[in-house]
Amino acid sequence: MIEETEFLAPGHRMCAGCGVALSARIAVNTAGKDTIVVSPTGCMEVTTTQYPETAWRVPFLHVAFENAASAASGIDSALKMLGKRENKNILVFAGDGGTFDIGLQALSGMFERGHKVTFICNDNEAYMNTGIQRCSATPYGAWTTTSPPGKYSIGESKPKKPIARIAAAHCIPYVATATIAYVADYQKKLKKALAVDGPSFIHVLAPCPSGWRFASDELIEVSRLAVQTGVFVLWEVENGEMENLKITKKIPQRKPVEEYLKTQGRFKHLFKPVLRKDVIGQIQAEIDKKFERFGL
Amino acid sequence: MKISIGARVEEAGSSIKYKTGGWRSYRPVVNKDKCTKCWLCYKYCPDAAIEKGKDCAVIDYDHCKGCGVCAKECKFEAIEMVPEVK
Amino acid sequence: MAWRIIEGNQALAIGAKLCRPKVIASYPITPSTHVPETISEFVADGELKADFINVESEQSAISACIGAQATGVRTFTATASQGLALMHEMLYIASGMRLPIVIGCANRALSAPINIWCDHSDTMAERDAGWLQFYAENNQEALDLVLQAYKIAENKEVLLPGMIAIDAYTLTHTFERVDVPSQAEVDRFLPPYKPLYAFLDPEKPITQGSFGTPEHYMEFKYSQQKAMEASKEIIDQVFKEFDGKFKRRYHKIEKYKADDAEILLLIMGSMSGTAKDAVDRLREKGIKVGLAKFTVFRPFPAKELIEIAKRPKVLAVVDRNISLGHKGALFSDATSALASMERRPLTVNFIIGLGGRDISPQNFYEIVEKSEKILKKGKVEKELEWIGVKKEMIP
Repeated sequence: MIEETEFLAPGHRMCAGCGVALSARIAVNTAGKDTIVVSPTGCMEVTTTQYPETAWRVPFLHVAFENAASAASGIDSALKMLGKRENKNILVFAGDGGTFDIGLQALSGMFERGHKVTFICNDNEAYMNTGIQRCSATPYGAWTTTSPPGKYSIGESKPKKPIARIAAAHCIPYVATATIAYVADYQKKLKKALAVDGPSFIHVLAPCPSGWRFASDELIEVSRLAVQTGVFVLWEVENGEMENLKITKKIPQRKPVEEYLKTQGRFKHLFKPVLRKDVIGQIQAEIDKKFERFGL
Repeated sequence: MKISIGARVEEAGSSIKYKTGGWRSYRPVVNKDKCTKCWLCYKYCPDAAIEKGKDCAVIDYDHCKGCGVCAKECKFEAIEMVPEVK
Repeated sequence: MAWRIIEGNQALAIGAKLCRPKVIASYPITPSTHVPETISEFVADGELKADFINVESEQSAISACIGAQATGVRTFTATASQGLALMHEMLYIASGMRLPIVIGCANRALSAPINIWCDHSDTMAERDAGWLQFYAENNQEALDLVLQAYKIAENKEVLLPGMIAIDAYTLTHTFERVDVPSQAEVDRFLPPYKPLYAFLDPEKPITQGSFGTPEHYMEFKYSQQKAMEASKEIIDQVFKEFDGKFKRRYHKIEKYKADDAEILLLIMGSMSGTAKDAVDRLREKGIKVGLAKFTVFRPFPAKELIEIAKRPKVLAVVDRNISLGHKGALFSDATSALASMERRPLTVNFIIGLGGRDISPQNFYEIVEKSEKILKKGKVEKELEWIGVKKEMIP
């Protein structure tokens, strides 16, 4: 269950049915009062801190787009030097932009230096705040404003960057993937992440009704289908020991990926005017290969 | 009103003053008799606009944006989305 | 106090150490590398109780300092040239967030072409960012200005970050005799940092770095400008207090044989020392020349400049930088500051020493000779001249 006090107050300007809003709400409430939140520029940051108001009931810092992890590193150091580091959480809520792309350098540096920061990437698979542009988190075949399908394009032509594996490759104490449909799983992972003495990373799939083009009430269903079709696998790993990777939600009867793709307007060009069996087939094959390769 | 030094905001959670309820096209209505107080709707609300009432889920209409997630996810069909009429 | 023979980088490092920053996040760049190296030694030996974060870029260096300062501790970092340029985005942010961070900057030319030697283009490129800017003539000034910068920056009327600029190699790597104050003396001058508004404490949750719409943004900038204006008075106070405690008097503009000068050089940085020598020689020849050295460049000391500019007939503004497409930065700022004067001296701009081109007394004799011609003619024919440039090499 979500903890009793709401540390992210209503009245913020995130879209109706926003996956990031739910993810942030779950996380900050689970982390509790003694949490300092850092956020790079992005949907969540601009919608929750419009001067003179703020939706945050915990200390909150925003600096710029690429440096949430560096700023969080500075906070970790400062609290340590003030003798106030104990029993405090430093939680970063970054979007996929501020994690996968422009934020990757700072993230890698923070991991390498071993700061006690829990970095949560709320991944809505595009640069949503600036208007749904593609980024390295955008999945193969998806429409975005900078990867539109057309005569010579099927939409996004590159595969999604495996950010959680990149985090795990840094051999930090704890890395996990989570999504909003599975709240208890997310909370459990967050508690583990907050408890480790060092960096932790949680990759949260946070569907976006506005950018993925689905009715807002489908939010949880889309998140659920991502897991049930194997598009997004829920796992956790400690100290980068991929050989001991633990799947926290096994999917014995995987649904065909089409069931996930057809819920979202960003994939509608794969269905109409022509059913693109080739592209959908490729997406399915990649998932099948992933499951086989990792023995999922 | 005087601006702060460095644009810091001191009043925590002051966004609550902004009534996002005005965004709605549909509003969730809770059927008290069907609600089992499982609190799934409370868990899934992106805006923390559902309170755990004594008898059933209570919607904070000042802030509910009408996304419909609560109605969709309620396993007991205890929430219905009805058009917002002024 | 103790006399030591140290280089400029060490002076910055020692100055920083004496101010007891709790977090230093630094990335090495030539020619400022000895600053983080020296500080990391202090920390390793326990001489400085701080966390030294070896960040992965200058961007992260300033970001970590912002994070730490926003949490509520005193911070420091050092960089130069490309590193300062990489921090550009964050410099404006640190100032807008009113965080009194202090940076030691080795004045090194900006690429391209890549060049590791001295000029002022790097700090001049940041003169709009809302940082206090101090320029050192020698290593003593380098150390002293760090101490004073913290005191000024942390003043509640100011709360703006500051940078101390020291010339690459001429100061950073040159050993000079420096009077190093004791820790106890500095502690009496600079109290521990107590954040007034910027802290991250779950007991008092505030939001920092908010989103400012057109409704409020202008007021925030006006407020920063007001702080810059207020800092002018605070700087004078702190300079005076420093003199009282350490017996060294600083001025926003230091005058050298300026009172009866007909030709006055406006100058900054270590070349002021060479210029002073040149002024002495020229005075021996009976030429009424003097100089005014800017120790403080931001806030721009307009009032002091107007006062100094009342007597001379020609102001020869010597810039170790160029704002491509116009003039040198000191020239632009000085002449705009003088615009309100009824009777203004003639002003001429000399660009000198870019990319570490050596500056000698000969260069200043040339500048004064040209200025004398202007004095005789009573008008400026060539407003901008490049001293020492090999025109024959230009295609």
